[in-house]
Amino acid sequence: MAEVQFRFRGDEPVADPAVTVDSFGEQSNASAVRLEPGDDARDLLPHLDRLQLIEVNFPVFGDGRGYSAARILREAGYDGELRAVGEVLVDQIAFMRRCGFDAFAPEVPLDPADAEAAFARYDHVYQPTTDGRAPIWNLRHG
Amino acid sequence: MYKYDTYDQAMVDARVEEFRDQVRRRLEGHITEDQFKPLRLMNGLYLQLHAYMLRVAIPYGTLSSAQMRMLGDIADKYDRGYGHFTTRQNIQYNWIKLEDAPDILADLASVEMHAIQTSGNCIRNTTSDQYAGAAADEVVDPRPYAELIRQWSTFHPEFSFLPRKFKMAVIASDIDRAAMKLHDIGIQIVKNEAGEIGAAFYVGGGMGRTPMIAPCINPFVPIDQFITYSEACLRVYNRHGRRDNKYKARIKILVHELGKDEYTRQVEEEFAHLLTQNIEPPLAELERIKAMFADPPFETGLSDELDRSDPDFALWVDNNCLAHKQPGYIAATISLKPVGGIPGDATGEQIRLMGDLAKQYSFDELRVTHAQNIVLPHVKKADLYALWQVLDANGLGTANLDLVGDIIACPGLDYCSLANARSIPVAQKISQRLAGQAQQIGELKLKISGCINACGHHHAGHIGILGVDKKGVENYQLLLGGCEGADTSLGQITGPGFDEDGIVDAVEKATSFYLSQRQDGERFLDTYRRIGMPAFKEAIYG
Repeated sequence: MAEVQFRFRGDEPVADPAVTVDSFGEQSNASAVRLEPGDDARDLLPHLDRLQLIEVNFPVFGDGRGYSAARILREAGYDGELRAVGEVLVDQIAFMRRCGFDAFAPEVPLDPADAEAAFARYDHVYQPTTDGRAPIWNLRHG
Repeated sequence: MYKYDTYDQAMVDARVEEFRDQVRRRLEGHITEDQFKPLRLMNGLYLQLHAYMLRVAIPYGTLSSAQMRMLGDIADKYDRGYGHFTTRQNIQYNWIKLEDAPDILADLASVEMHAIQTSGNCIRNTTSDQYAGAAADEVVDPRPYAELIRQWSTFHPEFSFLPRKFKMAVIASDIDRAAMKLHDIGIQIVKNEAGEIGAAFYVGGGMGRTPMIAPCINPFVPIDQFITYSEACLRVYNRHGRRDNKYKARIKILVHELGKDEYTRQVEEEFAHLLTQNIEPPLAELERIKAMFADPPFETGLSDELDRSDPDFALWVDNNCLAHKQPGYIAATISLKPVGGIPGDATGEQIRLMGDLAKQYSFDELRVTHAQNIVLPHVKKADLYALWQVLDANGLGTANLDLVGDIIACPGLDYCSLANARSIPVAQKISQRLAGQAQQIGELKLKISGCINACGHHHAGHIGILGVDKKGVENYQLLLGGCEGADTSLGQITGPGFDEDGIVDAVEKATSFYLSQRQDGERFLDTYRRIGMPAFKEAIYG
């Protein structure tokens, strides 16, 4: 299990291991779940109040379904930890951050300086997401 | 035309630094070629057969004189003195060194240009009508809507790792000059009966190995919701598009497999949800962009008379120029298809010259067409003869727009690592063979692809040619009856393929047969549609 290398939250990390979406449905006390690319994030929406950690797996970096999963969860009001795991590369983490990920456990740890530069690369953004950053078109028009 | 503000400029400047850093990490061995590949691709850098190719974005095909001049300078400084204009209204350079790429991007950024998302599985450069802002038949200028899409799609955090590439086109007239229905999303800006502006969405078109004509999934999305609607279309695709087979990963396959109605239902459901998320840009942003696409300061009271006493000039006017919405002006197309030339190629010197002519004669504006030509959209008729003389003296005066020599061709096996066959020599041979008859044949759109990915749009050619590999030998299949306009249709294969000389003969047999069969006023396509494939087959193979 890869270590969490970056975490943008003040609360204590959940100690429970994440379970699969299938077994999550049967374990009413589980507080952590792991989404695979083929899982439907919307299946979790009825249970968001008891979830403290959702891991979203990127088995290969080019499979971008996890980005939609993350936004769907945040748009539904989920405010627990959203952790990107798997093939999480330095050039994807800024996109992930914008989609609502606030923890990163890359399979292969990232160069800390490269990652810091990647998170801070773009001062402004064109699109609104739930990350709270005002898009450029709002800045233009106040 | 659109001008960057400090936000847009900061974005492309940051991108240059990011890519510089990525190239450094690659050259120093910190990332593997596999990890670097999607990064360079998202910056338009492909590894081709002989060198890197850099594809530069030209949003909706619109360029200023200074931008065009820079494209010419880059051709001379970093390439071998050529640039290649593409079917996505972009330009490609075929002989680029990896270590030069960051400097090229910096040069581009200095004239408000970039190579962002010109490849990779993301939303690509949005194309539009090359006569936008000049054509008399448009409801509005489509480019402000395309610019809004450009901004929304740039570094879109959710849609940068889609199942496959994603191409959008925006038009605003019933005559479709951008092959809109052959895009992943085609948008036609329309006006409803109440006079309100909206967007008709056509989703799931495309060429490639499985050509499909996009069905209309919503005939009128209010214009203050069309970005949200686009987001819904993309989200359904990102979540459910196939990722098990790259050849079935385009949105057309999803729309086809789900069926138009089910795909539409899912989009509408996602759209209803996204409307609660307030992601639509404020209308003030659209107004800000629109102001930059206001008409140039046209003179009024000009004459529409032209001195047609020079027959070569008169022919060029008839073939290459389009009526303008403003009296006294005309839209002139510069053909990049000289007889026997490489379709879409121009030298650095020619590119700079076209830039200068745009400044002198066309309110500082040029357009790249998806047929790989250049348009000067706003030329005063009184200046047209002087303009043509300069073009003609510099190899840019070919009078063959939409004639058989105005061939669309992909780079093919001469450059492209995906190709199965060469496209360019076939285009050159056909162009030479039929040059003498081109005027007599009239409108004939001939399109050549060197593999089934169909970058040369062969499915949409009145005559299409597809290069394939047949047991190690280049072989060419002939298609007839494709069309990309409002009456979009897909070409059908005539029968067994041909070798390189054989395909040239077959094309000539098809055009000769057409000439013998045509009725008054019929174009090649009309005759084909009237008499059908069997008669043409007989003429070609009989």
